[in-house]
Amino acid sequence: MTKYRINKTRFVDQTKTVSFNFDGKKYHGFEGDTLASALLSNGIHLVGRSFKYHRPRGIMSCGSEEPNAICQINADTNLTEPNVRATEIELYEGLRASSQNCWPSLNFDIGGINNLISPFIPAGFYYKTFMWPKSFWKKIYEPLIRLSAGLGKSPSEPDPDIYDHKHEHCDVLVIGGGISGIISAKIAAKNNLKTILIEDKNILGGSTIYQNNKNFIIDNKKSNEWLMNEISELEKLDNLIIKTRTSLAAFHSYNYLLAKENISDHLPLDKKNSDIRQRLWKIRADKVIVAAGAIERPLIFNNNDRPGIILANSVKKYLDFYGVSTGLNNIIFTNNDSAYETAVSLFEKGISVKIIDIRKKSLSNIVKNAEDLGIKIYWNSTVVNTFGYKKIKSIEIMNLSEDGSNVTGNKYKIQCDCLSISGGWTPMVHMHTQSGGKLDFREIDQVFVPSEKSENHINVGSCNGDFELEEIVKNTNNKIKKFLNINASGFDKISVLCSKELEKKNIWLLPNTISEGKTKSFIDFQNDSTAKDIKLALREGFKSIEHVKRYTTTGMATDQGKLSNMHALGIIADTAGVKMGTLGTTTFRPPFTPLTFGAIVGRGVGKFFDVVRKTSIHEWHAQNNAKFENVGQWKRPWYYPINNENLHEAVQRESKAARDSAGILDASTLGKIDIQGSDASEFLNRVYTNAWSKLGIGKCRYGLMLNEDGMVYDDGVTTRLGENHYLMTTTTGGAANVLSKLEDYLQTEWPELDVYLTSVTDHYSTASICGPNSKKILKKLFPNKDFSDEAFPHMSYQDAIIDKIECRIMRISFTGELSYEINIESKYGKSLWENCIKAGEEYKITPYGTETMHLLRAEKGFIIVGQDTDGTMTPIDLQMDWIVSKKKYDFIGKRSLYRSDTIREDRKQLVGLLTDDPNEILEEGAQIVSELDKKPVEMIGHVTSSYFSPNLNKSIALAVVKGGKKMKGQKLFVPMENKNINVTVSDFIFLDKENKRINA
Amino acid sequence: MFIINCPYCGERDQSEFSCGGEAHIVRPKQPTELSDDEWAEYLFMRKNIKGVQFERWNHAHGCRKWFNMARDTSNDKIHAVYKMGEKPPVI
Ligand SMILES: [Zn+2]
Repeated sequence: MTKYRINKTRFVDQTKTVSFNFDGKKYHGFEGDTLASALLSNGIHLVGRSFKYHRPRGIMSCGSEEPNAICQINADTNLTEPNVRATEIELYEGLRASSQNCWPSLNFDIGGINNLISPFIPAGFYYKTFMWPKSFWKKIYEPLIRLSAGLGKSPSEPDPDIYDHKHEHCDVLVIGGGISGIISAKIAAKNNLKTILIEDKNILGGSTIYQNNKNFIIDNKKSNEWLMNEISELEKLDNLIIKTRTSLAAFHSYNYLLAKENISDHLPLDKKNSDIRQRLWKIRADKVIVAAGAIERPLIFNNNDRPGIILANSVKKYLDFYGVSTGLNNIIFTNNDSAYETAVSLFEKGISVKIIDIRKKSLSNIVKNAEDLGIKIYWNSTVVNTFGYKKIKSIEIMNLSEDGSNVTGNKYKIQCDCLSISGGWTPMVHMHTQSGGKLDFREIDQVFVPSEKSENHINVGSCNGDFELEEIVKNTNNKIKKFLNINASGFDKISVLCSKELEKKNIWLLPNTISEGKTKSFIDFQNDSTAKDIKLALREGFKSIEHVKRYTTTGMATDQGKLSNMHALGIIADTAGVKMGTLGTTTFRPPFTPLTFGAIVGRGVGKFFDVVRKTSIHEWHAQNNAKFENVGQWKRPWYYPINNENLHEAVQRESKAARDSAGILDASTLGKIDIQGSDASEFLNRVYTNAWSKLGIGKCRYGLMLNEDGMVYDDGVTTRLGENHYLMTTTTGGAANVLSKLEDYLQTEWPELDVYLTSVTDHYSTASICGPNSKKILKKLFPNKDFSDEAFPHMSYQDAIIDKIECRIMRISFTGELSYEINIESKYGKSLWENCIKAGEEYKITPYGTETMHLLRAEKGFIIVGQDTDGTMTPIDLQMDWIVSKKKYDFIGKRSLYRSDTIREDRKQLVGLLTDDPNEILEEGAQIVSELDKKPVEMIGHVTSSYFSPNLNKSIALAVVKGGKKMKGQKLFVPMENKNINVTVSDFIFLDKENKRINA
Repeated sequence: MFIINCPYCGERDQSEFSCGGEAHIVRPKQPTELSDDEWAEYLFMRKNIKGVQFERWNHAHGCRKWFNMARDTSNDKIHAVYKMGEKPPVI
């Protein structure tokens, strides 16, 4: 045993040694230790440097509220994790940890220089100082701030660990496995309610499990022994699930909660990797019982941040739970009775202890107990200063004045190696407020407590402001019975004896002889903000707690101000002379403790990130070397390189082949909606801009769909299959949204229409064959069919049969070439495709991807919704006036087409752009200007599509330009990083204006 | 995350639904006869109040039916769900 491991406990197995590494040095602890308790057992207090002044800081607590002991765990590039609280991480064999925020080393910290110049770093220092000159930012201020403002390092490689999500439902969820949580869970489970109890530590019991004191007796047993017995009974209950190492992350409305379970974090290195690391539970509970406990408050006095200054109850936990003494010459500084339990415990282990109490007296049993043991108590006193750079060595105390606002008499110096502080308790109301609950301020002991309103959740124990053992036990029993509608429980006749606190006193900022400006009374230990900073913010005119918080950064560190928020509020209230209850609190937002990204994401990484949709022809594309592009969730062939061709080379070859002979495209991903019903034609009239009633059966028509604001929403070809039967196609990415929009109108605006919509996108596969030889290929595939222009004209469809399978042939074109689309049931898609390839062999049929498709349609000036439009383009802006019916009384978006804004002539309009140098290809998204010398440069539009056309042997582009319709022939400029490209506005149809190729 | 009582399917998790904004805004029967201001009123103006608000919801990953909901935006309490075409309840 080390010098500081002075006690044997049931919670730490001192027969099992665990070795670990801290800041490059090897140490030993035991199974059951946390990193913090193991460090303390080795006499190590100094674990980090403070954020702003780089002052030495030590372990201060034993839980999630820890502000100082935040470490970097692991050194691997992929597994390293910053900002881990040493107080929360369970010790395991091989653990490597290092302190953060202390370059170049913990013991020699160059940033400590900030401590010496600290009078010059007041609140808002960064805002005030690093404002100007502006040119200093990039080269001087930012690197300087970044170098010294380290909050750990993120991993630089992907996380190899597995994370999991799981849904769970229960009647009752109990948050917190302390005494009130245990009583609650037992009552619920014994009454046939499916109950889950979650506890963030590795064992149940909270702080009562190590409360080994004769002043706290339940049913004639010491409270810890009684609780031990309760826990073993609890573990036998059938309908109770106990989840330890599970912390609540968020409490959302309708009792939807997220909890993170650590599954392998505590395991030795060699046992970690095979298992899931963390699991995020998504729990929907009928009733929620919050028993989250309370956090001990520090006291705010000069130099209250030295290593060795530790919260009093944490000192007790290190001693009674871990068997570790935080010092051998202890002083307790308190304003309440709870710290006397620590004093008694220390005394019983033979450790020297003295008490400084700001109160004048206390008559409770526990205080009497301490007095009887002969422990020296300095009443009505306060600490005014502390000494010792890397570890506390001594303190100075003075008497308090009558009203506590000042100090009197002489300074008195006392030696010590640990100062235990206790400023009372703050109920953990975070969960309650996250769920939407409100708070009340309780004047007598200056705490915010939940004001109960909800029927579906309740707070019990110290998180509800019950601090005495007797009221915790009895109130919990009574409240839970009422909450769960239960008449009697096993706790009705329980007898509890405990020490009761009668004298209460609280001073948020303890007085001193020296002026405030010269003291360092820390409030937020992690962000280094002091009482002085808060007062300065108030003097500078900040009033709202939210503003003071941001200006001073109080409560904004990774601990979210668990220790600091109340003191900040208290000092603001005292300084401004207002009641604390009227100030309100800052908002507590989830997560309660930081969550790993892995836990948030779960299994949704890599190929599980999103659904992948593949057409039935996908395998053929893959075998034929296709490069794929993501279009929504679809994988579409992008291009098919041959012999190391790059994208450009492949697209040039593919698009030339499509125009010179034959090309084939997998068009299966286009959205397809089957429309039936006696009002189908009327429905299409209302949703498209053009007229549909007169479309003959067997004919196809292109349609443009607008939003009600007049902007282009989607487009596609719709085929009339029968009198009351249409097949609509939509863009690949817009399919689901178009269906939803159409359903919306049918259900809400036009319920009188007899129309039925069915998504059939996945039902059919589509092979689209284009080019001058396409007709010959179709003839080979369907020898019995008449493909003459008379029998099968452009924009018509016919049923056909291939290999005994029915299919539909649409003669429609998105390339401007003679073109056919064959639709067949998806399961025959690949075989159809292979037939097409075989039949087209003699014409060198060339599969082409989306890039060539885009090029071919751009040559023809056909728009792609979502590429050439962006939700601000009307059909008029696109120069598609021809598709907007003048005769129809109404259609979606019609009225908006003549709003004052949509008829402006200087709107951005679709134009063609030709570069003066035909080999220069514009960048899509590039800005367009008309006057280069004008300052500021006015952007009048941007390039939406741009390609090098092998068929025209020059670069072509589509663009939207303000007032572009009237600018044909005008010279414009596309400024790039190192040159200006000269362009001329042109017609946007670059090829075959007369549409001759469609019937070639 | 709410639990929403779809009038056609019963209680389901909020993740199955999508919200379609303020309810009871009827598309004008004769849009062409409206002034720009009147059309803009229909097109753009929404109340977005703190308190009980009537909203359109769609059971998108369920029966795909649209329905209406009276929801208090200050605490997310759902006071009523009712079918399209039905009058809003008095709350
Ligand atoms: Zn439904």
